[in-house]
Amino acid sequence: METVIFFLFAALAIGSAIVVVTHRSPIYATLSLVLTLFSMAVLFVLLGAPFVGVLQILVYAGAIVVLFLFVIMLLNVQKEEDAHVDRGVQLWIAILGAVVFLGMFWLAFWRTGLRIGGPAPAPLTEDLVSLKGLATALFTDYLLPFEIVGLLLLVAVIGATVAARRPDSETVRPDDDYVTAEDPSTGPVLPREARS
Amino acid sequence: MSAGTADFVASLVKYGLMFAIFINVAPIMNWVERRACAYIQDRPGPNRLGPLGLFQPLADALKFMFKEDVTPALADKPLYLLAPVLALLPAFTTFVVIPFGPDIVVNGRTVPLVVANVATGVLLFLAISSLGVYSLVMAGYASNNKFSLLGAVRASAQLISYELALTLAVLAVLIPVGSFHLGDIVAYQQAHHLWNFIPQFIGFMVFLIASFAETNRLPFDLPEAESELVAGFHTEYGAMRFALFFQAEYTNMAALSALGVTLFFGGWTLPFVHLSGWLGAAVGLATLLAKVGICMAVFVWIRWTFPRFRYDQLMRLGWKVLLPLAILNLIVVAAMTLAGWL
Repeated sequence: METVIFFLFAALAIGSAIVVVTHRSPIYATLSLVLTLFSMAVLFVLLGAPFVGVLQILVYAGAIVVLFLFVIMLLNVQKEEDAHVDRGVQLWIAILGAVVFLGMFWLAFWRTGLRIGGPAPAPLTEDLVSLKGLATALFTDYLLPFEIVGLLLLVAVIGATVAARRPDSETVRPDDDYVTAEDPSTGPVLPREARS
Repeated sequence: MSAGTADFVASLVKYGLMFAIFINVAPIMNWVERRACAYIQDRPGPNRLGPLGLFQPLADALKFMFKEDVTPALADKPLYLLAPVLALLPAFTTFVVIPFGPDIVVNGRTVPLVVANVATGVLLFLAISSLGVYSLVMAGYASNNKFSLLGAVRASAQLISYELALTLAVLAVLIPVGSFHLGDIVAYQQAHHLWNFIPQFIGFMVFLIASFAETNRLPFDLPEAESELVAGFHTEYGAMRFALFFQAEYTNMAALSALGVTLFFGGWTLPFVHLSGWLGAAVGLATLLAKVGICMAVFVWIRWTFPRFRYDQLMRLGWKVLLPLAILNLIVVAAMTLAGWL
């Protein structure tokens, strides 16, 4: 039964990942991404790491991709515009990326000595995948990388705040007395000068 | 029968029982809501069909089934059809982690009275319920209607904002217990002879307010504010498809009530009563349902008592009041646990 579930969700993960990169509607691509992340979470649970699986749904599928959708809907992106014009550079970078990825993949296989049909790797021990084991590892052996990642996220948040601010910083939304045809909650953000 | 098969069958039976209970929440609440609002507004309400108008939900269900099922011509068909189904899925999944009685022994095998007896219980609940927002977003986008879209945008922003406060309030409960397992949380409250809402009162208030926002109920029903957005994300839905959204909303309310009761009001246990075996199981289930029923009554009472928030007020309350309060509560509870006071 576990094998059936594994192949079902592995196929689902790969299939929906292909839809993410090929579908022309950004909404469909984003929703497929949710399906990919959900299937990955199921695979984590099958591997005996339910905590990682649940976090995968909670953080990625439940929060981050919702923000993607939110932005897509606010910007009202309907269809991917034809980006055939300048594909040359993109193509070469994509090929380079694929080569690097496959190289790393091969390296990982070669280093760990994993072979298809070879002996199965040692199963994860209970105290390694349990919450306590995970937390202990995170706050002792991997404390420095953990803190650095935290710092990186903080920098990203500050960077996003700075980038989102307009150069002429003080912008206001139209007030109630400002007559616009559009809904005030989605209306344009006007600089202060434009109102007077 | 092997151990795996027996567990599988037991889970199936338990899920069937919970499903049978939760699927009846929406029709019953439909009647309660209409009678209660009529009572609060000093009018009779639906009282013609059957005793006290109890058969009204039956008539409503028949009406939903026989109404013409209209799909807007410019709607995004696949997403439009998928959205109401997707609304029901998380609603009927989350309650699997709620324990509803003591362990019972069947054929010499101990069966815990919870559908999914998993260590990550609370987190699983929060993770699955956080997927519910996609159906609202899909419905709003696929309807190709500006009211639907605005409702969907509001819904997703609101759900993300209040999910943080809700999760932090739940985390504060977990710290003294030291486990994600809801059964452990119930056992902890039983062992201390104290329901969590007393030592965790701030956390409980944050949880309560955030759960109103999470279920899109008044005073936070901005995604479907009828005076400005017609009906929000389900404006273009009629007949049975509308009924599915309706069903999902009430099932979510019941599931969230069950979580709140388990975290803050001792779950299926009664103070000073220790029953075991089948009698204990029956009393436990009845206790849990009674507590959930009281919570649902509060939901209805609040809905017909308070006016609606404005959208900026909603966002300000979520980010500037509830979230800092929840973080403060988390720090205080952690410090008190470390000092050994909890």
